[in-house]
Amino acid sequence: MSSLAPPKERIWWNEPIEISELIWISIVFVWGLIMTFMMPFWHVTGDQNLSNETYKTTPERFLEKTQAMVDEYTVRTEGPRSYPVVRPPAGGDVYMVSRLWDFWPIIELEKGQTYRFHLSSLDWQHGFSLQPANINIQVVPKYEHVVSFTPDSAGEYSVICNEYCGIGHHLMIGKILVVE
Amino acid sequence: MNEQFRTCPDTGLKFFASAEALIKANAVVAVVFLLVGGIWGLFVGLTRWPAVHLLPPDWFYLALTAHGLNVLIFWIIFFEIAILYFCSSVLLGSRLAAPKFAWAGFGLMLVGAVLNNYIVLTGEASVMMTSYAPMEAHPLFYLSLILFAVGALIGCFVFFGTLVVARAERTYEGSVSLVTFGAITAAIIAVFTIVSGAIILIPTLLWSLGFIGEIDALAYRLIWWGFGHSSQQINVSAHIAVWYAIAAIVFGAKPMSEKVSRMAFLMYILFLQIASAHHLLADPGVSSEFKMFNTSYAMYLAVMASMVHGLTVPGSIEAAQRAKGLNNGLFEWLRRAPWGNPVFSGMFISLVGFGFLGGISGVVMGVEQINILMHNTLYVPGHFHATVVIGTTLAFMSLTYWLVPILFRREIILKPLAAWQPYLFGFGMAGVALFLMGAGTLGVPRRHWDITFSMTGGVTHEFPAAANTLLALNGLSVLLAVVGGALFCLIIVGSLLWGKRLGEQQSPEPRIAEVPPDEAYRGIGVGVITVPGTLTLTMVFFISFAVYYFINWKYLAETWGIS
Repeated sequence: MSSLAPPKERIWWNEPIEISELIWISIVFVWGLIMTFMMPFWHVTGDQNLSNETYKTTPERFLEKTQAMVDEYTVRTEGPRSYPVVRPPAGGDVYMVSRLWDFWPIIELEKGQTYRFHLSSLDWQHGFSLQPANINIQVVPKYEHVVSFTPDSAGEYSVICNEYCGIGHHLMIGKILVVE
Repeated sequence: MNEQFRTCPDTGLKFFASAEALIKANAVVAVVFLLVGGIWGLFVGLTRWPAVHLLPPDWFYLALTAHGLNVLIFWIIFFEIAILYFCSSVLLGSRLAAPKFAWAGFGLMLVGAVLNNYIVLTGEASVMMTSYAPMEAHPLFYLSLILFAVGALIGCFVFFGTLVVARAERTYEGSVSLVTFGAITAAIIAVFTIVSGAIILIPTLLWSLGFIGEIDALAYRLIWWGFGHSSQQINVSAHIAVWYAIAAIVFGAKPMSEKVSRMAFLMYILFLQIASAHHLLADPGVSSEFKMFNTSYAMYLAVMASMVHGLTVPGSIEAAQRAKGLNNGLFEWLRRAPWGNPVFSGMFISLVGFGFLGGISGVVMGVEQINILMHNTLYVPGHFHATVVIGTTLAFMSLTYWLVPILFRREIILKPLAAWQPYLFGFGMAGVALFLMGAGTLGVPRRHWDITFSMTGGVTHEFPAAANTLLALNGLSVLLAVVGGALFCLIIVGSLLWGKRLGEQQSPEPRIAEVPPDEAYRGIGVGVITVPGTLTLTMVFFISFAVYYFINWKYLAETWGIS
């Protein structure tokens, strides 16, 4: 009987399985186990695991904390927007605001050092897309996400919004500078 | 109850008047929305093409919203309702339960879809299909989607009711066919999906009207994707049922074994529902344990289901072909398949494209850590154009070529062009999928009007030059796919209007292939392996999969340390 008609046996469970099917199912099952193993394995051995450390916050509180960092660690202003360039101490906390439509302020990091980045949005959802390192993280309002980054090479990096956030989405860009 | 039915002279299938009218109405409306959504897709592709950059930003975001909703939701779900009625009423030879409710559901869906197009066109709802709160659309946007969803839900219940009627009235013997079984899977997942949609869209509607103060952005994402991702599992179940149906129609194929194919469908129901996690892998506030378990569909058991279908669908074709005497070598069965018949060629391109392009990229992108490289880049639309467009849309197109003569009793017009159509559409869309994924790998964001950052007052970013080339190639592929899509709409609508009327006359060529007798299946293949060709193809697939999987771990290891 074809696939459009009722099966030959009323209790189709009793029909035999083909050898080809058994071979393929075994391969696929083992492959599934390998892939299942890879994720926790990378948590133990890999250097790229997104932290889940998250706090509830408010736009006001987050902006306040960012402002405090800017006040303390600004080293100069730079770029067409004259944004403050903030150089926080290695291993320290870094705050970056996502809002309609920019990332603020400019951050300067030291290569090879680890920083605790705090990401949140002051309004809608945004995407923190660090290029060309190609690290992409969702930024959600009222949630403060703490992620540690260790830059591995010096240069100018862009932060691009890759979550659609209205008509000015394509205007939303920020900078992170990594120095030796 | 005695309801009028006609018996199709070509297939022997029973068409009850109410079911027939509803299948026709849903399928025709589906094609109209495909046309509308396809036109928007053309504008999107041409705007992404750096040298063309057709639309201004407000129109681009409007077009992208309209494109997604029309083709991903309206075209596919209208067609799926037609498939549900076909798989219940027609395949089981039963009258349709509650046709009046079915028409009410159809009416609600139509009102919802038209209203949605209207409000998106006004520019008040350029929020993309996902409409992430707290970005707000006009209340009619949410209302239109709720109306549409309620209509679809009614359709699902008419389908379940028809199964009950068929069983009670003993219109068939034994268990339901594998194809109907697949449709049941799709409908069960649809109920879960639509309920998730209601749980999130109703509060969002109330919020947009000012009755609720706030929608939590993270909760919105979690529940919305319970709707958004699960709805793609409806598509997968439905189009795999269509693959099996086409294998039976064109080759008289039977399942390699009922147990394996049906268990694979069942695994979708058991393990797909939690797929919401795929969209939260780069989100705050969700634990790694939750992400790992759910993104792997419980240790890749639902991925296993798709890979099993990937063997058993072509395997059933190979076995049937070998039983008909095409038993030489590894691939005689495939070489001598009817490549000029769009019912088959479209289905086979759909199968290969879905597996190699959509399946592999989906699993790789769904690895908790690797997702960091792809989240919200063009890789994502690249992936789902392979799954939803090559997989679902092309499978539905192929089935339509078969449905027009038996359902509408009209001959397909422009047959030589119809023979080319699946190749134009399939290969065009394969280009779209590949080039978007390529651009995504270079970090190009999705849903973005201007990747040259020409309007930011001097703060810019330069993507690798290859990104521009890839987006130009994407534009060319879009053109190819649009020609294929337009040809489909032209051929189908043209056939309904001007195709030769077939009446009660039997076709000289059979519209459903004869089923080879059981004895013919004896001794096919090589030794105990009845389908050596398919097994070889699955090994090629497996090796490509494993290689690409580990290449991406290597890419990941090369970026900044993240913890």
